[in-house]
Amino acid sequence: MTDTLKPRDAKEVVEAVAWALAEGKSLEVVGQGTKRAVGRAAQTAMTLDCSGIDGIVLYEPEELILSAKAGTPLAEIERQLAQHKQELAFEPVDLGPLLGGKAGGGTIGGMLSVNLSGPRRIKAGAARDHALGVKAVSGRGEAFKAGGRVVKNVTGYDLPKLIAGSWGTLAVMTELTLKVLPVAEDVETVLALGLSDARATEAMSAAMGSACDVSGAAHLPQKIAERTSTKAGAGANTAVTAFRLEGIPPSIAYRREKLEVMLRSFGSLARLGAEDSKSFWRAIRDALPYADGTQNAVWRISTTPSLGAKTGSAISAATGAQVFYDWAGGLLWVEMPNETPHENAVRAALNGQGHALLVRAGASIRASAAVFGPLESNLNKLMRGVKESFDPSGVLNPGRMYPGL
Amino acid sequence: MSLVMPDLDQAVLDRRAQIVSALRGIVPGEGVIDSAAEMKPYESDGLTAYRAMPMVVVLPETVEQVSQILRYCYGEKIKVVPRGAGTSLSGGALPLQDGVLLGMAKFSRVIDIDYENRVVVVQPGVTNLGITKVVEAMGFYYAPDPSSQIACTIGGNVAENSGGVHCLKYGMTTNNVLGVEMVLMTGEVVRIGGKHLDADGYDLLSVIIGSEGLLGVVTEVTVRILKKPETARAVLVGFPTSEAAGDCVAKIIGAGIIPGGMEMMDKPAIHASEDFVHAGYPLDVEALLIVELDGPKAEVDDLLDRVAKIAKDCGSSVLRASNSEEEREKFWAGRKAAFPAVGRISPDYYCMDGTIPRAKLPFVLARMRELSERYKLRVANVFHAGDGNLHPLILYDANKSDELERAEKFGADILKLCVEVGGVLTGEHGVGVEKRDLMPTMFTEADLAQQQRLKCAFDSEGLLNPGKVFPKLHRCAELGRMHIHAGKVPFPDLPRF
Repeated sequence: MTDTLKPRDAKEVVEAVAWALAEGKSLEVVGQGTKRAVGRAAQTAMTLDCSGIDGIVLYEPEELILSAKAGTPLAEIERQLAQHKQELAFEPVDLGPLLGGKAGGGTIGGMLSVNLSGPRRIKAGAARDHALGVKAVSGRGEAFKAGGRVVKNVTGYDLPKLIAGSWGTLAVMTELTLKVLPVAEDVETVLALGLSDARATEAMSAAMGSACDVSGAAHLPQKIAERTSTKAGAGANTAVTAFRLEGIPPSIAYRREKLEVMLRSFGSLARLGAEDSKSFWRAIRDALPYADGTQNAVWRISTTPSLGAKTGSAISAATGAQVFYDWAGGLLWVEMPNETPHENAVRAALNGQGHALLVRAGASIRASAAVFGPLESNLNKLMRGVKESFDPSGVLNPGRMYPGL
Repeated sequence: MSLVMPDLDQAVLDRRAQIVSALRGIVPGEGVIDSAAEMKPYESDGLTAYRAMPMVVVLPETVEQVSQILRYCYGEKIKVVPRGAGTSLSGGALPLQDGVLLGMAKFSRVIDIDYENRVVVVQPGVTNLGITKVVEAMGFYYAPDPSSQIACTIGGNVAENSGGVHCLKYGMTTNNVLGVEMVLMTGEVVRIGGKHLDADGYDLLSVIIGSEGLLGVVTEVTVRILKKPETARAVLVGFPTSEAAGDCVAKIIGAGIIPGGMEMMDKPAIHASEDFVHAGYPLDVEALLIVELDGPKAEVDDLLDRVAKIAKDCGSSVLRASNSEEEREKFWAGRKAAFPAVGRISPDYYCMDGTIPRAKLPFVLARMRELSERYKLRVANVFHAGDGNLHPLILYDANKSDELERAEKFGADILKLCVEVGGVLTGEHGVGVEKRDLMPTMFTEADLAQQQRLKCAFDSEGLLNPGKVFPKLHRCAELGRMHIHAGKVPFPDLPRF
């Protein structure tokens, strides 16, 4: 049985890491543990549960910043932001339902650790783009801070962004400061119906290259569209290519008209209003079409948008997988027909042009698969050096991302 | 100048002729410069108070040459200072007397313009504005726009994480670069990121951007480009107090409006600019705001009305909205000419770059007035009001005894003040040599040691741009040492489950 430590503050995290170092033990770093089933299955002596280091430290809506202890529930932060009509603009992905758990879980520290961002990434950037400052404890057992609490800062290396997406392998975050942004007053979605994956890619590229200021561009082939519980899928009974428009109503009206003129040459059009738009884009964000209660392997692949459809069809042809597209074709959500991840087929189709993450797979598969992919040798050496600079003894989440990191 | 730079390596200086000849073996012809007269233009960057003659200047043209130069210098333990266009305001490209100055100006090719994926791949010597120039016919642009954009290169922008007046809405360099090719000090070439958004492994791009030439030499950059907004309008708002202006900025953002640009000037800056370019600025106000809104016309007009209403509620005494592109540009002309305008009313000026939480602006301005009296030097302020980035311009005369010294002390006090109120030393100009020794006012020794350990992962011998950013140099072995206290009773009070 794994023993669990639950520190209440940074000082206790320092003590825990110092103990692990002295004993030659390793620690599994978790918040609420909602994303525990992602990544390589690591062997650790003890779990460091950071959910007790919680609370919003400072929230200044007019400065667009929020600081919170790393264990603060994300839902609590989103609730506070909503009261001031603000949000985390990068739409943090909630993997709960996909992984067979509940929606709405997780901590702010866990959210930044995985740096998984939703449909608005193409306009607003990723979680890392909103990370302004961190306080953390390194694998050396030393508390340090980096960044600051202002939105514009180049003082020293931008460690908050490096720690974002490091899956707890570099340092244990204890407090973080994020840039927050106003929620758009209104939202609408324009749908183009019946497009092939290749045509949809062209349509999304045209929309992104226009002044329509699209804040989401996704394509659902018919089989996936049928699986979405929103009107977009159920009502249309065909492939759906969706374009999100956000802003003030007169601006949306103007851009919608422009966009529709552009899209008419692609296919027939439909619209989603505000409420339907919200649930539709949430389904895309969280890959809800695959939240089917199975353990079928799911990949999340980031590639060049124009290569997305080709990559997707190559994977489908080789494995029989389902694929849908976000980020204007640059993000592929792939569900295999069963629990076999077909890693080689995925890597071959991607051909080094991006990043593939095995998001859902059984523990035994994750123990042997390259969940985060192989690293090119010069890069691998550099990554190892970076890991060593924070955690030379491999105390923190060893092997969670890559062997030896 | 009171700056302490790394100890000179006499053994390297003694081998100068041999080093020059080895570099000539790598970069033939005029790519290696070793005469004092020809090296003169390289002796400083935009922070002209600091100068040093490099040992030799080398201007490679290919990635292979950069790799060979760095591999050679690594083997011979020779320091290297990378340089783009030399527009740094913090001394990031200040040469070392015993170092090779590696100029990247010849890397000036645009490699790939990809409208389908909205990215451009360029060599690092392409200027910031040069990127926009190659895509503007198709209606695209590259968003970060530092005021030196006509001269500064994208390689330098990557090194400094450059911003500009539009970065509140569109982000800084780090938010607009997707990939780089970079040569490490060992000569190894690595590619990080690309045209895709998420990449394998750690997000190394995030620390390379803004690393001030301490981690590697960038040889290729992939940036994202955006479609130019259809319209832009600016509104000029005058306030009787800086408090009222600051309040207005907070209320605009509080209302959910993120303007394309939001700049503030104080009275001395308004007067200097108006005298210089006659932009039509009101002279009887204490603070002037320029708020620019961009997007579709319907959106811009609507938001402009909202901004105007907020400004009136905050007690604005003057309010004028631009009704033509010409008028909008005129509003900006004064702000854009603020630095040279101040240059007209003073023989020299020293530009600072702290960022503060915006709410502290009135307090910081009041303290600055006190400091101005104490140091007997005038100060004019321009301010990226949306994101709290303050550019105080300290007016001095370098020909008067001790004025430069007083200006530097005044500047240091301003930056300490920025940190004291919860801000930072530099918002967009970089630490370089200028703010290097102030780093401990913001960071503890442990904070700085962690940063320096990261550098060791890229440059284990500390040969790349040493003497910049970090106040104290430590050997990597020393930084890597750990003190483990075995046998200590672990966390007696820590809850266990």
